[in-house]
Amino acid sequence: MSDVLLKIRDLKIEGRSDETWNPIINGVSLDLKKGEVLGMIGESGAGKSTVGLAAMGYTRDGVRISNGTIEFDGIDLVRASAAVKRGLLGKRIAYVAQSAAASFNPAHKLMDQHTEGPVQHGVASRKESEADGIELYRRLRLPNPEEIGFRYPHQVSGGQLQRAMTAMAMACRPDLIIFDEPTTALDVTTQIEVLASIRDIVEQFNTSAIYITHDLAVVAQMADKIKVLLKGDEVEEADTRTMLSAPKEEYTKSLWAVRSFERPTKPAINVSATPVVSIQNVTAAYGTVDVLHDVSFDIHAGRTVAVVGESGSGKSTTARCITGLLPPRIGHIEFDGTPLPLSYKQRNKDQLRQAQMIYQMADTALNPRKSIGETIGRPVEFYMGLKGREKRKRVEELLAEIELEPTEYFNRLPSELSGGQKQRIGIARALAAEPKFIICDEVTSALDQLVAEGILRLLAKLQDELGLSYMFITHDLATVRSIADEVIVMKEGEVVEQGPKKEMFTPPHHPYTDLLLSSVPEMDPDWLDNLLRERGVDNLGDAAVDKM
Amino acid sequence: MHKPVAGLIRIILQRLLLGLLTLFAVSIIIFIAVNALPGDFAESILGQGATAEAVNAIREQLGLNESPLSRYFSWLSGVLRGDFGIPMSQALFQSFTGASTGGEVVTVVDQIVPRLKNTLFLAGVSAAISVPLAVTLGILTALYRNTAFDKAMNVSTLSAISSPEFFLAYILILFLAVLNPVFPSLSNIFPGMEFSDRLNKTMLPALTLTLAVTAQMMRMTRAAIINLLASPYIEMARLKGLSPMRVIVTHALPNALAPIITVVALNLAYLVTGVVVVEVVFVYPGIGQLFVDSVKIRDIPVVQACCLIFAAVYILLNLTADILSIISNPRLRHPK
Repeated sequence: MSDVLLKIRDLKIEGRSDETWNPIINGVSLDLKKGEVLGMIGESGAGKSTVGLAAMGYTRDGVRISNGTIEFDGIDLVRASAAVKRGLLGKRIAYVAQSAAASFNPAHKLMDQHTEGPVQHGVASRKESEADGIELYRRLRLPNPEEIGFRYPHQVSGGQLQRAMTAMAMACRPDLIIFDEPTTALDVTTQIEVLASIRDIVEQFNTSAIYITHDLAVVAQMADKIKVLLKGDEVEEADTRTMLSAPKEEYTKSLWAVRSFERPTKPAINVSATPVVSIQNVTAAYGTVDVLHDVSFDIHAGRTVAVVGESGSGKSTTARCITGLLPPRIGHIEFDGTPLPLSYKQRNKDQLRQAQMIYQMADTALNPRKSIGETIGRPVEFYMGLKGREKRKRVEELLAEIELEPTEYFNRLPSELSGGQKQRIGIARALAAEPKFIICDEVTSALDQLVAEGILRLLAKLQDELGLSYMFITHDLATVRSIADEVIVMKEGEVVEQGPKKEMFTPPHHPYTDLLLSSVPEMDPDWLDNLLRERGVDNLGDAAVDKM
Repeated sequence: MHKPVAGLIRIILQRLLLGLLTLFAVSIIIFIAVNALPGDFAESILGQGATAEAVNAIREQLGLNESPLSRYFSWLSGVLRGDFGIPMSQALFQSFTGASTGGEVVTVVDQIVPRLKNTLFLAGVSAAISVPLAVTLGILTALYRNTAFDKAMNVSTLSAISSPEFFLAYILILFLAVLNPVFPSLSNIFPGMEFSDRLNKTMLPALTLTLAVTAQMMRMTRAAIINLLASPYIEMARLKGLSPMRVIVTHALPNALAPIITVVALNLAYLVTGVVVVEVVFVYPGIGQLFVDSVKIRDIPVVQACCLIFAAVYILLNLTADILSIISNPRLRHPK
């Protein structure tokens, strides 16, 4: 069958803000054949999700289709009545959302939500649909397929929920599924399981799919062809291999090139020097449960130590111990060779000043009602005691340091900044205390690749100029590769392996490091196939059970 | 699944204990407030021409001359034994005639219990009408939000809640008792009545109360549901092609229960404790009327008992609401 299933022509979409309609999508066209998978990539704000939802004839509140046609199997979705669309949604066109944890209704069991579509659409009885659900859970390699559907969403892990949501989308055997960033919220090791499951099941049922993501390496594994979007405009479209090997447009090339930033290797650490921060045999607990077990490592002057691991491995908890927010139960922390009081409450101003933090979500880490000048001025006054004109001068210096025009940004509010600029303000605020040591907690993971790279370059420049030490918490190994000097791998609250970056990226590895490294998607379209062959599918099943 | 049950029981016990503590604090406030009322029973019963001796004699008999502290503790210890004392009006009658009236001693409990039963009956009928009505209207206005229906419902329920209750009561009497004699305008309830007859006579006060409490419950239901409509799982439900009604009833409503339950409980408490005006208008023999009459003659034991009952109703209903809210959350019902 080579018939076109979905045909979009010159689609224009507008969003309402400040009482006027502003364009979001400026004319996107696409054709999708039966059984074909289209990858749609672009940075945040490119309009990927908007196009994906429009392909279902759906727009969110405050968004409207202003022009163009969307034809699904001959039905015009722009002009179809709500009742006609309801007949298609869930039955012939299904949706898999980015966060399964938020998209499953917390009040109902997985199976009740799974069977709802088929029963409401009259496709199957509750009993048939339940049996089919268990079968789909089995095919998606969910552990305990007979039983897992009878749990509530909060009783199931994120990776499992994402697969259960894919199963739910398959419940009526739709012709088309929209996958909206289905693995973005997952750890790399979990991502592989979900990617493999999605690809298998789409192939088995010859389902067409639109796969939306910002991760090029992921889309390379999943899609037959790729479309690139930029700020609501179509950049280019080509089949996956062509797109990866020979992108035509400059913008696409720039996306491809991001992963090339890498700092030169620094000379080996002078072992006799006193480390800036030394974490010694730290065990910490939330309540009565130990979450960190005997963690020890040093951070030397002018070095970047990357702490990597999956969610729940204790990376951020370690940071909380260093800052004194969570006093360790056992062990201690030294700064420049002097032991620090364990709780921040007992530390003096100078001890507090020396260690600063930059946060993952710059959005929530900045007070929305304080101007940039006030936000940065606060630590300048608090730690350095500067006031009035001197304070203003220092804030302007800091703004220049983070490459933002001082006079232009001084009076702005956080809402008037882009994501990358907000993160720069976070950096300036940390610098204002003139610290020796900064903890960067996933500072680039909420940012698009190009913007993230700018932040990494800035951090590197500041380190060279000011001799700062960084503890860089991340789950992204590409980031580790580009800026780390030393790497610490954590798993379930323990340090699994540590050493210079070069050693960490050359075999032999600790098995867990190996699992992490090999799980990072690569741009090669055959990467997933090769990896699965190497690991063996049974192995993958075991990994899924391990995660329980 | 033993753990959640044990946890729930612990929470209930904690809240009950806290409720008792609150009740104790309330008893102090009630005592102080009642005693701060100008004048006392002796003065009010004897009138303006009373001699100081007569007033003093009655005070002596009723123990009104004792110190407030000792009066409080003798009252409290009685309450703890379930003895709310004897209404001053009854006590007086006996002591002045010097003989028994032929019947047994009428205690505060004897006086309050039938009245409380009547009030609870009225509250029950009003709740049976208003709660389903409010929740249904809340769901419908959420479903048809920003339509003419939604606006009409909001305006009419808000007008009802903004009007004084006696006004609503007279309007209802005008239309349902005078112009169209459907229900009687006087609610003379007595023991041993047929249920249907009783219901018929309770209808007008119940409808008045319904008008007074529906708006808040309806608007909270509407707001709690609309608040959830932007959540990803509601979008998911829509993208599964479910009907708008199903999206709201099976996907939004179960997650909106906690705030709705809280408001329903508050309004139910109002149905018991706030009925004074309505009872007076319809001459309904409930606890509200008894309360007002007792305040008039400074019959302190009755007033105190009524206040304590009102406080207990509030505490109990809020406790029930808390527990139901907890139960409505699957995360607490089914921990990992």
